Amino acid sequence: MEIMVDKTGSGVRSSFNQAATLDRTVRARGIKSRLFRLAVIILTVISTAPLLFILFYIFRQGIHAINWHFLVNIPRPVGETGGGVANAILGTVLLILVASVVAIPLGILVGIYLSQVVTGRLAYWCRLSVDVLQGIPSIVIGILIYEWVVRPMGSFSSFSGSMTLALMMLPSIIKSTEETLKLVPGSLQEASLALGVPYYRTMMKVIVPAGMSGILAGVILSISRVIGETAPLLFTAFGNPYLNSNIFKPISSLPLLIFNYATSAYADWHQLAWGASMVLIVMILVLNLSTKLIQSRWKAQF
Amino acid sequence: MEGAVLNADGFNAYFGSNQILKDIRLEIRKNQVWAIMGPSGCGKTTFIRCINRMHELTPGARVGGSLTLDGEDIYAMNPVMLRRKVGMVFQRPNPFPTMSIYENVIAGYTLNNIRLTRSKKDEVVESSLKRAALWYEVRSALHQKGTFLSGGQQQRLCIARALAMNPEILLLDEPTSALDPMSTAKVEELLHELKTQYTILIVTHNMQQAARVSDKTAFFFLGEMIEQNDTKTIFTNPKNEKTQNYITGHFG
Ligand SMILES: Nc1ncnc2c1ncn2[C@@H]1O[C@H](COP(=O)(O)OP(=O)(O)OP(=O)(O)O)[C@@H](O)[C@H]1O
Ligand SMILES: [Mg+2]
Repeated sequence: MEIMVDKTGSGVRSSFNQAATLDRTVRARGIKSRLFRLAVIILTVISTAPLLFILFYIFRQGIHAINWHFLVNIPRPVGETGGGVANAILGTVLLILVASVVAIPLGILVGIYLSQVVTGRLAYWCRLSVDVLQGIPSIVIGILIYEWVVRPMGSFSSFSGSMTLALMMLPSIIKSTEETLKLVPGSLQEASLALGVPYYRTMMKVIVPAGMSGILAGVILSISRVIGETAPLLFTAFGNPYLNSNIFKPISSLPLLIFNYATSAYADWHQLAWGASMVLIVMILVLNLSTKLIQSRWKAQF
Repeated sequence: MEGAVLNADGFNAYFGSNQILKDIRLEIRKNQVWAIMGPSGCGKTTFIRCINRMHELTPGARVGGSLTLDGEDIYAMNPVMLRRKVGMVFQRPNPFPTMSIYENVIAGYTLNNIRLTRSKKDEVVESSLKRAALWYEVRSALHQKGTFLSGGQQQRLCIARALAMNPEILLLDEPTSALDPMSTAKVEELLHELKTQYTILIVTHNMQQAARVSDKTAFFFLGEMIEQNDTKTIFTNPKNEKTQNYITGHFG
């Protein structure tokens, strides 16, 4: 205010000095905030650049490997050129599919339960174990599944790999479902109950659909998190150089293939590993983008 | 008893050990409009939530005494069946956000898996929206989301949703407290039309509103029903001193 008064020339003389100082501080502040903004932008660029560079590098290395032949053929023996990663692509898809069939319904149900029951012993222990499960290193989950599934069944299998991934997907599906549904206003539940809709139908037909975008986003993020898992698959899904669609036989996956071929001594195989990396990255990008799409398209307004 | 749709006889309600309603006696006849009035916290909401058994959904909430609908004990009925006979409109409009206007109106049927033919659905939607005085505003946008409507339109949509089930009784908890005067006037007009077909209980803090829409008024105070009478009589000649004070604006 004082500054404006001063500038129009109608300011009181005695306040002139004061106003000038004020003017200077304000200008200094303006410079400071501009510097700050610049610093933020520079830092953002610095931290984003490596990510972009990684993406760029993988695409540059992988793009040569990728063609139709690469996508529909299985690896050739050492010495023969060509070959593809069809076995790993099919493996990854199958592993994720079976894991999802197990983890998605279970995770959503537990999430619904936790969103409804805020207090109580069971809910407390459930929340605690979800948190703990989230923190268990993937390799440890792999060992557990090896003991619980692979040994009793007598062989490595796609199924055991899927169980590993399912266990890893569960906590984030549960958490995102719980958090999403907690945000659905209680008035919706009342509206439905007041229409004479039984409780379970209210949950399934009103509350869950209202939180659908959040739940789906959580599910997809959980998939994109486990799709690149390698270590726990080493002693569960194991890997398989041939096409396999039997879930009780060992199966390959993109990360497993990348691990095996990148550490081999043959340039041809290195090339396959780069191509497989790019396929994997593209899958993850697509998953992430679809989350964004779902969130913007399906968001329910309360 | 003859003609009483809803009858409360020594009815009590509690939250835990806290008694909220004490010995309520009220006899509501068919096609009457009752205004439930009283200072904040006196148990009006609790009372109407007892009528469709929404009260018991709060952990620790209980009731005692007798409350009957058409002579049948409400607390011996299946709550789901009861709620189909007793429609409720809440203080804040709460249309289903995932559903269109059309789907919102017939939500009571679809959510309950009651199958209707296409033409029957259209008919229910049109007649309910007409009775809720919303039809002419939304008929060209029936397949838009209900949450895109204004607050007042949303509230009328919620009324249409309740009417679509053809309830015997309609409970309204301060239905216009979140609305502007225009929307309020529309909802009141609507209540006027509805009273030929329904028995209505409306909670309101607004005395003009009670005077405009209701035949009878029950006055609640600290969980007790201290006075009930024709609305006109209550406003012109209240017997109880507390009612008098409330009406003349000395408290509440
Ligand atoms: N969920 C609850 N748990 C415990 N006590 C409650 C609960 N809801 C309401 N009460 C208590 O019950 C009493 C009556 O509440 P009620 O909501 O019926 O009042 P009201 O007459 O509708 O008031 P208002 O005019 O402000 O809406 C209040 O004293 C309140 O503290
Ligand atoms: Mg209330």
